[in-house]
Amino acid sequence: MDLRIGDYGHLFIILSFFTSLLTAYGYWEASSDKGIIQNNSWLVFSRIAFTIHAISVFGIVISLFSIIYTHRYEYHYAWSHSSNHLPVYYMISCFWEGQEGSFLLWIFWHVILGGILILVNKKWEAPVMAVFMAVQAFLASMIIGVVIPYLNIKIGSSPFILMKEAMPDLPVFSIRPDFIAEDGNGLNPLLQNYWMVIHPPTLFLGFASTIVPFVYCMAGLWKGWTKEWVRPALPWALFSAMVLGTGIIMGAYWAYETLNFGGYWNWDPVENAVYVPWLILIASIHLMISYKNSGTALRAAVIMVTLSFLLILYATFLTRSGILGNASVHSFTDLGLSGQLLIYLLTFTGMAILLIAISWKNIPTDEKESSVYSREFWIFVGVAVLSLSAFQVLSDTSIPVYNALAKVIGITLSLAPPANPQVHYSYWQIGFAIGIAILSGMGQFFWWKKIDKKQLWDALYIPLILALLLTALIILVGAFDEYAGEKIEWYIKVAYIMLVAASIFSVLSNIMIFTKVVRNNYRLTGGAIAHMGVALMFIGILFSSGYSKIVSLNNSGLLYNRDFSEDVNRDNLLLFRNTPEKMKDLQLIYKGQRIEAKGYNGYVNKDWVFPTADPYKVILRKDLKDKNVLVFKRGDTLETNPENTFYEVSYVKVSGDTFTLYPRIQQNPRMGNVVSPDIKHFIGRDLYSHLSAIPLAPDERDWSPTETHTIHKGDTMFINDYVAIFKHLDVVNAVPGVELGKNDFAVVAHLLLLGPDGQAYPIHPNLVILADQNASGSIPEMNEELGVKVSLDRVIPETNEFVFSVNTCQKDYIIIKAIEKPGINLLWVGTGLTLLGLGMAMFRRYREFIAMRNKGQEIA
Amino acid sequence: MKRSYIFLLIIIAIAVGVIISTTGDASQYVDFAQANQMAANGDNDMVHVVGKLPKSSMGDIEGMNYNPGVDPNYFEFSLIDIKNHAEKVVYFQPKPQDFEKAEQIVIVGHIKNDVFVADKILMKCPSKYEDKEVKI
Repeated sequence: MDLRIGDYGHLFIILSFFTSLLTAYGYWEASSDKGIIQNNSWLVFSRIAFTIHAISVFGIVISLFSIIYTHRYEYHYAWSHSSNHLPVYYMISCFWEGQEGSFLLWIFWHVILGGILILVNKKWEAPVMAVFMAVQAFLASMIIGVVIPYLNIKIGSSPFILMKEAMPDLPVFSIRPDFIAEDGNGLNPLLQNYWMVIHPPTLFLGFASTIVPFVYCMAGLWKGWTKEWVRPALPWALFSAMVLGTGIIMGAYWAYETLNFGGYWNWDPVENAVYVPWLILIASIHLMISYKNSGTALRAAVIMVTLSFLLILYATFLTRSGILGNASVHSFTDLGLSGQLLIYLLTFTGMAILLIAISWKNIPTDEKESSVYSREFWIFVGVAVLSLSAFQVLSDTSIPVYNALAKVIGITLSLAPPANPQVHYSYWQIGFAIGIAILSGMGQFFWWKKIDKKQLWDALYIPLILALLLTALIILVGAFDEYAGEKIEWYIKVAYIMLVAASIFSVLSNIMIFTKVVRNNYRLTGGAIAHMGVALMFIGILFSSGYSKIVSLNNSGLLYNRDFSEDVNRDNLLLFRNTPEKMKDLQLIYKGQRIEAKGYNGYVNKDWVFPTADPYKVILRKDLKDKNVLVFKRGDTLETNPENTFYEVSYVKVSGDTFTLYPRIQQNPRMGNVVSPDIKHFIGRDLYSHLSAIPLAPDERDWSPTETHTIHKGDTMFINDYVAIFKHLDVVNAVPGVELGKNDFAVVAHLLLLGPDGQAYPIHPNLVILADQNASGSIPEMNEELGVKVSLDRVIPETNEFVFSVNTCQKDYIIIKAIEKPGINLLWVGTGLTLLGLGMAMFRRYREFIAMRNKGQEIA
Repeated sequence: MKRSYIFLLIIIAIAVGVIISTTGDASQYVDFAQANQMAANGDNDMVHVVGKLPKSSMGDIEGMNYNPGVDPNYFEFSLIDIKNHAEKVVYFQPKPQDFEKAEQIVIVGHIKNDVFVADKILMKCPSKYEDKEVKI
C-alpha cells in the first residue's frame, strides 16, 4: 500500500492550520502602531504566509480528490462516500457529503475570499485579515485530526484517515491486516442529482462570505474606524446575501424536485438555520444603506452585521454537533466535534461582544428622533419586522438546544418540534410577510430624507388603488376559494387576501419607482427590482403552498376501516398496470416500469430486457427504436443504472391531450429506497406526482404455492382469472444471456393468456437442454402486470406432454400521490428578480467603494 | 411617551408572543401511557412517541397490516415504546418505503378511539447515512 498521498494530504492540513495562525499573527503585528517600516515587513511576512496557506489548502483539495477519483478504498473517506460506478461529476459531490469535506469546501472559499480582500483593499488589509485568518484557523482545526497525547483530546477529524484507523474493530483486519474493500459505500442516492453538484458550493460560498462584512466591522471597531467600515463592507454584504440566497433557493428547488414531502420548504432545522442569518443579513444591509444616506442607525448596523456572522456559526453548531438528533433529515453525523464547535461559537461571540462594548461610545449616533415621514424611520421598522421574523424561526429551531441546556442544569425537558410546522410557522410568517410587502412598497418612495403627508399620498395613491382593484378581481375570480376536502378558516383567508393585496401594492409601486429611476441611471434600480421580486415570491409561495391541491384523492369508496372515515383525506391513488383510474379531470394509466439505457434517448421498458449477472448490464429482447430508427438490436447488451426505476404514468385529459410523467424510485441496496417525483410544468401551475408505495421486489413477495399442469400442445389451463392457451413451441439454438454448446438447444413454449375482458398477454418460458451434460434448466417468465410466473419444467417425450409450473401474486400496481401547485412560477420569477436586484446593488456599491479607494479616501 | 419607546414596546410584545407560541406549539416526547392519559383528559395535542417494531422469534414484524388492493391509504401496525408498552397505530397513508428496516420509529399524532392515529412517521434507518457493514 502506497500511502504517500494521504500523508501529503495530512501534512498540508497541518501546514494550513499553522500558516493560518502565522498569517493572523503577522497581520496583527502589521496593524500595530510600531511605525511604517516595521508594519511593512510584517505585511510582507503575512502575505507570504497566506500564500503558503493557500497552496496547502489547494494541496488538501487535490489530495482528497485524487483519493476519491482513483477509488482508494483504504481511505475511509473514499470508502464511505464514493463507489466504483459513481460518475465523475458526482465524485465532486462526495466532497461535501462528509463533514470533513464540507469544512474543506468552506476553508477553500475563505482562501479565495481572503485573496480578493488582500488584492482590492490594501488600506484595510492588515486588521481585516488578522480577524479573518483567526476564523480560518478555527476552521482548519476542524479537519486537523490529531489527538493531544496524555490529555487524550481529539482535535478535528481528518479526511485522510485509513479504514484501519476509522474501523479498527472490523473483524477482517485481524485476518488480513492489508485488506482493502473492493467497492465503496457509495454516495447517498439523494445527493446523486445535478443540483447537489452546484447547491452545496454555492451555499458554502454564501456561508463563507458572511465573514467579510463581519471582519470589516470588527477591524473598524478595533482600529477606531467606527464608521468607515461601512463602505467596503456593504458590497460584500450584498454579495453574501445574493449568494446565500441563491444557495438556499437551489436547496429548495432540489428538495422540490428530489424529495417527496411535496414542496420546496419543510421548515427543517437545517433549512431554518441558514435562513435566519440570511434574514439578519438583509436587515443589516438596510441599516448600512440607512447609515450611508443619512448617518443614522450605525450602532444597529454594527450589531446586525455581527449577528449575521454569529448566526452562521450557530447554524454550523446546530447542523454539525449532532444536537438536532432526530429533528432533521440532513444534519451531518456527529463526529465528536461538538465541544470544538462550541468553543468556536463562544470565542467569536465573546470577542465580538467585548469589542462592541469597548467601542460603543465611539460609534457615532444620531440623537434626534427620526420623523414618521422619513425614510430612516421606515427602514428601521422594516429591520424590526425582519428581525422578528428571524427570531420566530430561531426560537422554534432551537428547541433541541433548550432540551440540551435543561439537561446541563439537571432538568429533564422533552420538548419536540411543533407537530405541524407548516401551520405553526406560517401563522407568524404570513404576518411578517404582509409587513415586509407593505414596507417594501412604500419605503422606496421616501427617496428624499423627508417628505410630507401630501407628497406621500400623491405618490402612493395610484399603486394603492390599483392593488385593491386587482385584489378584488382576484377574489371575484375565486382564487381564494377553498376546494373540496380542505376548509380554510375565514381569518386565514383574510390574511391570505391581505398578503396578496400588500404584495401587489409592492410590485406596482416598485414598478413605478423602477420606471422613474431607470431613465436616469439603470444602476440604481437594484432596490426596486429586488423588492418587486420579493413581493412576487410572496404571491407565488402563498398560492403554491396555501392552495396546493391533492388531486389524487381516492374516490373508490373502498375503506379499510370506517372508524376514522370522517377526518381523513384519502390522498393516494392505487393504479393497477394498464387499468385507467379517474383523477379530477384527468384519467391516469400506469403503463409499467422503465429503465435508462446508455446511448438511448428515453426510457426502456423493463419487460423488454433480461437481467444479467452484472446488475449494470441487461440484454435486450426486442429491437429498440427511436423515432423509427433502430438504435439497439434484439440480443444487444445495454448499460443501465440498476438503482433507478421509472414508472411511466400517462395523464389523459378530457380534451384528449396526453402527457406522461416518470416518477422514480431509486433502490440503493445499502441505503434503502428513495422516491423522487416527476413534475409537469404548466405556465400557471405545476402538477407534481410521486409514488407512495410499490409492491415488494419479486423475490420478497408472497407467491402462491406452485401449481403444476401437465398438458399437450393446444391445451388450455387456468391461472387465476386467466385462460392460458399453449399455442405452439419452438426449438432454438440461441437464448439471450445463456451460453449454449454445439449440441445444446432450448425449447420455447408460446402461451397466450386471455383475460376476462378479452385482453391477450403472450408469455414464453424457456427450457434449456444441455445435451452433452444430460441436464436441463428452465428459464421462467414472469408477467409483472398480471403477477403470473410460468416455467416450463420438463418435456415428457413418451406422451408428448409438457409440464408447466405456475405461481401467482398480486398484480403489478403503484400507489401515487399527485399535487397541483398553482402560481409556483411566480416564486421562481420573483427569486430571480430578487437575486438580480441584489447583484445590481452589489455592483453599484462596489463601484462607489472603488471610486473612493482610488481617491485615497477609504478612511476619512 | 417618546415614539421610540412605543416602538420598542411593540417589538417586545411581539417577541414575547413568539416565545409563548414556541412553548405552546412545541410538541412533547411521551410514552404511550402518557399519550393515553392525555386522550383521557380530552387533550388532543399531537405528541411524539419513540418506539420499535415488535418482532417474532423468527424476526418477522408482528401486528403489521397493509393491503393496498383494498385501501391504499390505510396502514396499521403495532409499536413498542421505551417502557415496553405496545399500542396499535393507524396511519392513513401508504406504508412508508423501507418501513420494515427501520431500527427506530418516531410517530407523531394522538390517541383516538383507543388507537394511536399517526399523522407522521419518522424512521431512523441505521443504514441510511452510515453503514458499518463492509463488503468483502
